[in-house]
Amino acid sequence: MPTVSQAWLNDLYQAESRRVLATLIRLLGDFDLAEEALHDAFAAALTQWPDDGIPDNPRAWLVSTGRFKAIDQLRRKARFDVSYEDFAERLEAELVTGEEEEHSIEDDRLRLIFTCCHPGLAPGARLALTLREVCGLSTEEIARAFLTATPTLAQRIVRAKAKIRDAGIPYEVPEADQLPERLESVLQVIYLIFNEGYSASTGDALIRHDLAAEAIRLARLLCGLLPEPEAEGLLALLLLQDSRRAARVTPDGDLVLLEEQDRALWDRQQIGEGSNLVLRALASRRFGPYTLQAAIAAVHAEADSVEATDWPQIVGLYDALLALTPSPVIELNRAVAVAMRDGPGEGLRLIDTLLARGALTDYHLSHAARADLHRRLGRKDEARAAYQRALELVQQGPEQRFLTRRLAELDAD
Amino acid sequence: MKYLALVYYDEKLMEQKSQQEWDSLNRECIACVEGLSKDGHYITGSPLLPTSTATTVRVRDNRVTVTDGPFAETKEQLAGFYMLEAKDLNAAIVLASKIPPARYGSVEVRPARELVETGNQAGGNAAEPVEESTGEIP
Repeated sequence: MPTVSQAWLNDLYQAESRRVLATLIRLLGDFDLAEEALHDAFAAALTQWPDDGIPDNPRAWLVSTGRFKAIDQLRRKARFDVSYEDFAERLEAELVTGEEEEHSIEDDRLRLIFTCCHPGLAPGARLALTLREVCGLSTEEIARAFLTATPTLAQRIVRAKAKIRDAGIPYEVPEADQLPERLESVLQVIYLIFNEGYSASTGDALIRHDLAAEAIRLARLLCGLLPEPEAEGLLALLLLQDSRRAARVTPDGDLVLLEEQDRALWDRQQIGEGSNLVLRALASRRFGPYTLQAAIAAVHAEADSVEATDWPQIVGLYDALLALTPSPVIELNRAVAVAMRDGPGEGLRLIDTLLARGALTDYHLSHAARADLHRRLGRKDEARAAYQRALELVQQGPEQRFLTRRLAELDAD
Repeated sequence: MKYLALVYYDEKLMEQKSQQEWDSLNRECIACVEGLSKDGHYITGSPLLPTSTATTVRVRDNRVTVTDGPFAETKEQLAGFYMLEAKDLNAAIVLASKIPPARYGSVEVRPARELVETGNQAGGNAAEPVEESTGEIP
């Protein structure tokens, strides 16, 4: 039997605290009360286990101790405010019925995810609450990762919990008929957490990468709890994007385009896992846009070079993606793939049609793509004008430097 | 004729009222309802929880979209109301999405507040504010 040290307890906290919390929230019906109870239960373990020994089922002990501590807490509060009396009595009555045995702990984790990602909460609050309650990050860690002041972030979480309580957002996995829409909201939260860590060009790079890793962990947890094809598609997409992490930025923080990346730096293990998940999700025939984006990433990942890439397949996948979620940005990406398949002139024609329609006229990437295609056709003046237009519209430092470099190369030739 | 009397106030100002002021206002409201009922003028009514508890439901192309907060479209005007009984917000959203004009405009779903003589505020049955814990291990 291990000795109960602070370090051992820290490990147990890492492994069990989110599960215990998820169950306590269901049993107590209140996030704050459950957090306090979780805290009290671990404090009790630290004082009791060294003398009494570790219980056979530490998780069950923590849940039951947390529950008793919460009732004690409410009884104390009831001495000053009678409105807590009913609450304490109700919890005590539920204790006798032993109703909780019917629910599995894993269901509680899923309930927690769906509640934190509820579309009735503000989008930013969903991310913060999920990282706080499901992933167990501290408020300070989340604030640092999102480049927000800690009090602002804490306030966002407090408001979200108040809305859950006051508006009656239930602690449940949605019914089958609501599941697809609600799952979309969960997947979106995970994807946004990943993007925050992966694509941001500011802030502490290390902390922000943790956010990408956290999103992958979360997607994995979701797949384990609810093996829906689109959840697996999202996990695949995150793994495949993350596999290029070492190759996509230079040591100076400059962006490296896919075609110029050193493919030897791509993480083969992540690619292997991601590709398998994509195949499985596609085979289910119940996949969605994340799976298709992952499939596109997988085709890139399997190629040794830009030239060896299966562009016809990528164009086909973009067609399928457009049919599912029409969007000008996807059309632009498809145009670039068409340029690779049929030549720059064909891609250019598609982008010009898009711009003539008034779509993406202020989006720097549509002008950068036009510039690149003109450059490949040897039309320097048109290329220069388009690079300059893209530079006027671009916001982020690394992309600005990239475009300036391209302009300079154009004049040097 | 039936008339709907809609009540508006500045939540920020009302939040600053003391519990005593709230108790007295609530008692006035209860008396007002009693008076209207006695004279046969009262049909139904209820105070609401503040806009921070609001959720907006829209239906477009047969898809239900749910967003946090009250409806904020100045192009839209109040067109009607439904008082619904539902076990929780998810059930209320399902009911609200079946209201036909949800396809054209939006339906704001907000919990009703019980009107009682003491201990009740705009924020509902006052519970003490809990501080956000830090998530540190004891």
